[in-house]
Amino acid sequence: MRILLAGLSWWIASSALALDAGTVNRLGFGDGDEKIAAIAALVAEGDPAAAALLQAAADGELQTSGKRVFIVKGEEALDAATGARVAPLPEDREDVIFNNRVRRELGGAVAALRLISPDRAARLAAARELTGNADEAMLPLIKKALERETDASVKQLLELTQATLELRTGSKESRIGAIRTLGLSTNPNTKMLLLAILEKSKDGSFSEPDEDLRIEAQKSLRELEARLAWGERAGVLFTSVSLGSVLLLAALGLAITYGLMGVINMAHGELIMVGAYTTYVVQNLFKRTEFFDWYPLAAVPASFLAAALVGMALERLVIRWLYGRPLETLLATWGISLMLIQTVRTIFGAANVQVENPAFMSGGIELFTGVVMPWSRICIIAFAALVLFLMYFLLTKTRLGLFVRGVTQNRAMASCVGVPTARVDTWAFGLGSGIAGLAGCALSQIDNVGPNLGQNYIVDSFMVVVLGGVGQLAGTVYAALGLGFANKLLEAWQGAVLAKIAVLVFIIFFIQKRPQGMFALKGRAQDA
Amino acid sequence: MKRRTFVKQLAMSAAVAAIGFGSGSLYAQGKTIKVGVLHSLSGTMAISETVLKDVTLMAIEQINAKGGVLGMKLEPVVVDPASNWPLFAEKARQLLTQDKVAVTFGCWTSVSRKSVLPVFEELNGLLFYPVQYEGEELSKNVFYTGAAPNQQAIPAVEYLMSKEGGGAKRWVLLGTDYVYPRTTNKILRAFLKAKGVADKDIDEKYTPFGHSDYQTIVADVKKFAAGGKTAVVSTINGDSNVPFYKELGNQGLKATDVPVVAFSVGEEELRGVDTKPLVGHLAAWNYFMSQKNPTNDAWKKEWAAYAKKMKLAGADKPLTNDPMEAAWIGIHMWKQAVEKAKSTDVDKVIAAMGGQTFKAPSGITSTMDAKNHHLHKAVFIGEVQANGQFNVVWQTKGPVKAAPWSPFIAGNDKKKDEPDGKTIITK
Repeated sequence: MRILLAGLSWWIASSALALDAGTVNRLGFGDGDEKIAAIAALVAEGDPAAAALLQAAADGELQTSGKRVFIVKGEEALDAATGARVAPLPEDREDVIFNNRVRRELGGAVAALRLISPDRAARLAAARELTGNADEAMLPLIKKALERETDASVKQLLELTQATLELRTGSKESRIGAIRTLGLSTNPNTKMLLLAILEKSKDGSFSEPDEDLRIEAQKSLRELEARLAWGERAGVLFTSVSLGSVLLLAALGLAITYGLMGVINMAHGELIMVGAYTTYVVQNLFKRTEFFDWYPLAAVPASFLAAALVGMALERLVIRWLYGRPLETLLATWGISLMLIQTVRTIFGAANVQVENPAFMSGGIELFTGVVMPWSRICIIAFAALVLFLMYFLLTKTRLGLFVRGVTQNRAMASCVGVPTARVDTWAFGLGSGIAGLAGCALSQIDNVGPNLGQNYIVDSFMVVVLGGVGQLAGTVYAALGLGFANKLLEAWQGAVLAKIAVLVFIIFFIQKRPQGMFALKGRAQDA
Repeated sequence: MKRRTFVKQLAMSAAVAAIGFGSGSLYAQGKTIKVGVLHSLSGTMAISETVLKDVTLMAIEQINAKGGVLGMKLEPVVVDPASNWPLFAEKARQLLTQDKVAVTFGCWTSVSRKSVLPVFEELNGLLFYPVQYEGEELSKNVFYTGAAPNQQAIPAVEYLMSKEGGGAKRWVLLGTDYVYPRTTNKILRAFLKAKGVADKDIDEKYTPFGHSDYQTIVADVKKFAAGGKTAVVSTINGDSNVPFYKELGNQGLKATDVPVVAFSVGEEELRGVDTKPLVGHLAAWNYFMSQKNPTNDAWKKEWAAYAKKMKLAGADKPLTNDPMEAAWIGIHMWKQAVEKAKSTDVDKVIAAMGGQTFKAPSGITSTMDAKNHHLHKAVFIGEVQANGQFNVVWQTKGPVKAAPWSPFIAGNDKKKDEPDGKTIITK
């Protein structure tokens, strides 16, 4: 059935194609201005052949050879002007190149022609495309579409577009109506239109002579700005939570190894890196299969296991012998971090490796117009919450968690009641390392994966754990989110470089005032 | 912070020692000319610089296969300064004093070039620098085969201002925080002001090296763009470009609304980035891989074969770019100059360099200026396509002479267009 339909549409398209040869040639060979004129002419024709040609142009299917323009779809080609099938294809074909300016016009034109589509989704998409992108030549088309449009949301968008187009022309009443409609928009681009009305020319007189219109525009502008400001706040909130979740992921593992166990683990960053490289390896295994988009499902446990194994080996071979000697632990783990970096560099090379995002993680959803939440960030926030929950569950509800807490609070007593403290240490360290590996898996989606990846996060991780209060899981969460907010608010205000410095300075002062961090353990547990 | 640099240095120097030792022992101590290759092979700049090392080695291999220079084979000495600016100076000193190289090809960032410059001047070495940069420097010991601001930045901004480029009225100048972006943006700001753009319509933003969270920046650009037709001029360097372009794509900032023109992003940097959402964003260079001419076709074929033979990372999709072309021109011009001078003596080679010509893959014949140590280059502006290549949408009529002293910086009109016996450097 589908094949039949496709064949039918192909037949309709090819039989109906018969356009003005001059217009088609201008589209294929003209300079920017000529191409735009040709597009306008095709829109004015408004018939299916013109629509098909414009769609082909927008999809990059136009090619030229000699003096002819073709629509090339795979192996088949049609002459763009006559609609005749071309076979064999000429060898010396060249793509018709459109620059941004032409592509913008083209996008608008294709959308305008799609407004009469019977499919609601297509009309909605077209109307949305047109909101910032229409020109006056399209006004009749939009009016016609508005008359027969029944869907409320498409209608609203089209009215907005019509308002922007009638802003310059039209009677005073229709212009005031247009300005009022613009005030209801959520699109940042409409601000530009309102500003243009309020603009003063060089000699101090307004470019818009009618005062009523200016007052109306002022009012609409204020409404619009208030609405945009809310969108902006939502945007800052989202980016802060997003950065906070990254910091949290990076620091959670350290909250166990350093926070609970007291091991100053300078190799923590490299455990993150191990997780990221594991993700890279898993991704490569999936690359040639059709299940590529599902590789994170395998990468998450794999990176946990890889990092946990490295961590447990580390604990068994080195750290075990250094409990209670922080300085030696620091030096030893630092040395191990260098060894891990060098090992990875030898195996994978010094340059960054590429971890591709699965398809569902690219793009984003639009919260308000202008505020987009990328899927990759949303996934990471959700992932951080999930890891946090699992860790909380593990530490408070399971036997292993009980043992870990027991051993870290009072090793001698735990040992007396029969807890195998040595084994618990290994498991706990493995858990912390595994969580670092999970962080690496998540970070590989948004950051560059290279041997130095860990170095970029180790300082941040320690900052979060120390600020939150050593030994406190809740403190780690608050500190990560707090730093995320502080960083993003400062960045919006003073730029990324100063924000980073300011946050460091803030932490120095905070730690001087409260050396135990935001939350301190109370009572005897502190001394254990 | 301190610890981080220290860790890096220690790790890198170990790595570098290994590499340097390896390549040094490969060649017998016969009749060879030693040639230094000073590019970061690790750290944040490795994404860009590694291929420059490779293309230089390929040129050396080809030259050797054709009988070398003055009847002697070239012997490359490859060192890795690891994106660590002080280490660049150390490695340069090592190349000049221990290895006694006749010439060095190297550096990408201006901060690394500024770091090695005193060393080359003190020891009278010779450096070929293959990357576009901010100008404001002229040393007798350096040949600049990349673009000066008037061969890249200014034409790009002029294009975006034009009707064809979209007629931008507001500008976001976005860069990594170091000397090249800061100076370029200073020049651009002066240029924009001369064109009547008000200060409120220019927004300058910087991020640290290796920055990876561009959410706020992209959101800010969107907000700024609501005030009028906006274009972004990006001087972001190194691997930060990958998260930056990913964020642009994810947030749906389309080139038809807000075009981003980059001066340090080429085919290599976009490798592995999904370019479908980025179609239409621009880059200004003096060479694009997509250019069609016989020299370029041959060069691309040679590079693909070399990458395959040496099993380079990315050999399955061999890419060429502008700095690679500039490095390629540099080493060949040096060879021609040595042959003209009949000596590798630095002063004689410098004297022979002026006026050298070379048929470049960009399709023009590059000429080394008789005086100012810069190449005459044609400027191309390309738009990103869905396949990661660039389409040339605008180009200059012919080669443009470099103006290292930009007329848009006060006081430059008094400076000479050629290096003195010693360097003139302003801060």
